[in-house]
Amino acid sequence: MTRLSWFNVTSLTLGFAFLYLPMVILIIYSFNASQLVTVWAGFSTRWYGELLQNEAFLDAAWVTIKVAVLSSTIATVLGTMAAYVLVRAGRFLGRTLFSGMIYAPLVMPEVITGLSLLLLFIGIGLDRGVLTIVLAHTTFSMCYVSVVVSSRLMSFDRSLEEAALDLGCSGFDAFRLVTLPIIAPAVISGWLLAFTLSLDDLVIASFAAGPSATTLPIKIFSAVRLGVSPEINALSTIMIGIVTVGVISASLISKHRTLRQRQEEQAAARAA
Amino acid sequence: MAETVFAPWDDPAEKPLIRFRNVTKQFGSFTAIDDLTLDIFEREFFALLGPSGCGKTTMMRMLAGFETISGGTIELAGQDIAAVPPNKRAVNMMFQSYALFPHLSVYDNIAFGLRRDRKSRGEIDARVAEMLKLTRLEKFARRKPHQISGGQRQRVALARSLAKAPKLLLLDEPLGALDAKLRQATQFELMDIQEKTGTTFVIVTHDQEEAMTVASRVAVMDEGRLMQVATPERIYEAPESVYVADFIGDVNILTGTAQASGEAQFRVIWDGEQTPLVAASSREFHDGQACHLAVRPEKVSISAERPEAAENAVQGKVLDIAYLGNLSTYHVELPGGQIIKAQTANTRRISRRSFTWEDPVWVSWSATAGVLLAE
Ligand SMILES: Nc1ncnc2c1ncn2[C@@H]1O[C@H](COP(=O)(O)OP(=O)(O)O)[C@@H](O)[C@H]1O
Ligand SMILES: [Mg+2]
Repeated sequence: MTRLSWFNVTSLTLGFAFLYLPMVILIIYSFNASQLVTVWAGFSTRWYGELLQNEAFLDAAWVTIKVAVLSSTIATVLGTMAAYVLVRAGRFLGRTLFSGMIYAPLVMPEVITGLSLLLLFIGIGLDRGVLTIVLAHTTFSMCYVSVVVSSRLMSFDRSLEEAALDLGCSGFDAFRLVTLPIIAPAVISGWLLAFTLSLDDLVIASFAAGPSATTLPIKIFSAVRLGVSPEINALSTIMIGIVTVGVISASLISKHRTLRQRQEEQAAARAA
Repeated sequence: MAETVFAPWDDPAEKPLIRFRNVTKQFGSFTAIDDLTLDIFEREFFALLGPSGCGKTTMMRMLAGFETISGGTIELAGQDIAAVPPNKRAVNMMFQSYALFPHLSVYDNIAFGLRRDRKSRGEIDARVAEMLKLTRLEKFARRKPHQISGGQRQRVALARSLAKAPKLLLLDEPLGALDAKLRQATQFELMDIQEKTGTTFVIVTHDQEEAMTVASRVAVMDEGRLMQVATPERIYEAPESVYVADFIGDVNILTGTAQASGEAQFRVIWDGEQTPLVAASSREFHDGQACHLAVRPEKVSISAERPEAAENAVQGKVLDIAYLGNLSTYHVELPGGQIIKAQTANTRRISRRSFTWEDPVWVSWSATAGVLLAE
């Protein structure tokens, strides 16, 4: 182990404090027995219990998860298809325009995307609810999926697809049996990205949501405007917990996989 | 009973398996294949040889169906294949990069093509087992490509492309990634497999020794054109151009002008100080025509005295000695500055070598040792 100088220790501490202090405070206060957020009155899990009784929050959580799963799945299918066409089709008329247009929503202010979707939904007479939020989230998250997948496809060895064709596959079979399984990790991270984007989106969701369906971020935001309650702290702590577990397990799995692959390669090299 | 020699290209009644007819391939304004006509016969082991970028891979890819043809026709077994997509051609290709499917086991890689043909489980099992045995991979069937060595991967790629029993197998620099020893062993393995399966092989290589070892015929290419198509012996012993002579093996090229000196005999006048050279040639040259005499170093002898019987002998001094283990190549500098390479077998230990640097020596060769070429 290398010894850290006092300067390094200080900057490390400051940096991490800056990042995590707010969250730590939030987590501590979620276990506060008092109704008042800023007064510590002893440890309690009471707000977690109350949270589970709160129908409105549970409904919003359910809507949020439904929307996230649906929109990220549709966005993954569409985004992967778009990425495949853009990387594979070579030159065709309007290719640059098409690829530019697919990435434009990445830099478009969310307010504008949300507003334009709202106008569209009103224009075609679509009642705002789960369906409209799903559509809206699909629209903006598919560009992110497309970016992730196309960067993987760029480095994909084209001859693998040709080998599949050579062995008798149709173009679709070659994609299904060879390309897709190989780029699956990129497609999955695209899905995860779309999923998290949908989970925490507030702006676009507020344009697309209607009285019949509200997502958790909207719910939290409107609740906070009436004052921070310990219940919100509890809810946020749960979300932090879920995200932390997800991130840690994903990195452990991938680390384990690379380690095993390296060991196997070394074993093969020795056997040769 | 006299053994019949395998030479379908000499038999006018024989139908070729592949016919290239004036095939041209352009990438934009660049011509990769230039008006190429070629027949390849069934059961041949045909080698495409040429420097990097001369169009070898492009020819393969046109046969496999990955490149369209800009002009001319390609026939496979009498059928024009321009409109046949790659997955409908009775042609399989072994890729330069092997292109093994990383997510599938060795077994599933080999079974991949058979499954596309909707063969029964039993049939697939039997065929894959046969291929594993042929390529000696039985022990590795369950492994993934990243769990086996380079040489084994190469054999998986071969097994996979042979599994469907194609009429034609295309091999694009199949041994490029192997080291010299493994490469040689694999060449013999390839020839063995080709003989056993009776498949027509077209192999691409830029290694002339490899082409000479494995092939029934060799095509030497340059810039999208065929320079010569012949058996390895003929390519080596009777090249038709300086390019081919120079590309295959080591050669001395002496440039001069021809002068008839008898029945199929010419004198080559080169470099004023030296006496004319004598060369036999069935090719006709008119007097004063520029010509090149190509002589292989192993056909040139080196001696301290002028050999009595030699038809061509010139004096020079040893400039350099390349010791190759079994052979030594002497670079002998003539008074005019030209260098002639002479090769001798090292039957004695190196400490007892007969000549050393700066020694005055004679190099000599017979009238039939060289080939007289116009260009
Ligand atoms: N898809 C392509 N687009 C443009 N040029 C190409 C393409 N494929 C090959 N070429 C060119 O055609 C020539 C022949 O290439 P290739 O057949 O791969 O040569 P090699 O004999 O080394 O296999 C090269 O000059 C190469 O740059
Ligand atoms: Mg090549």
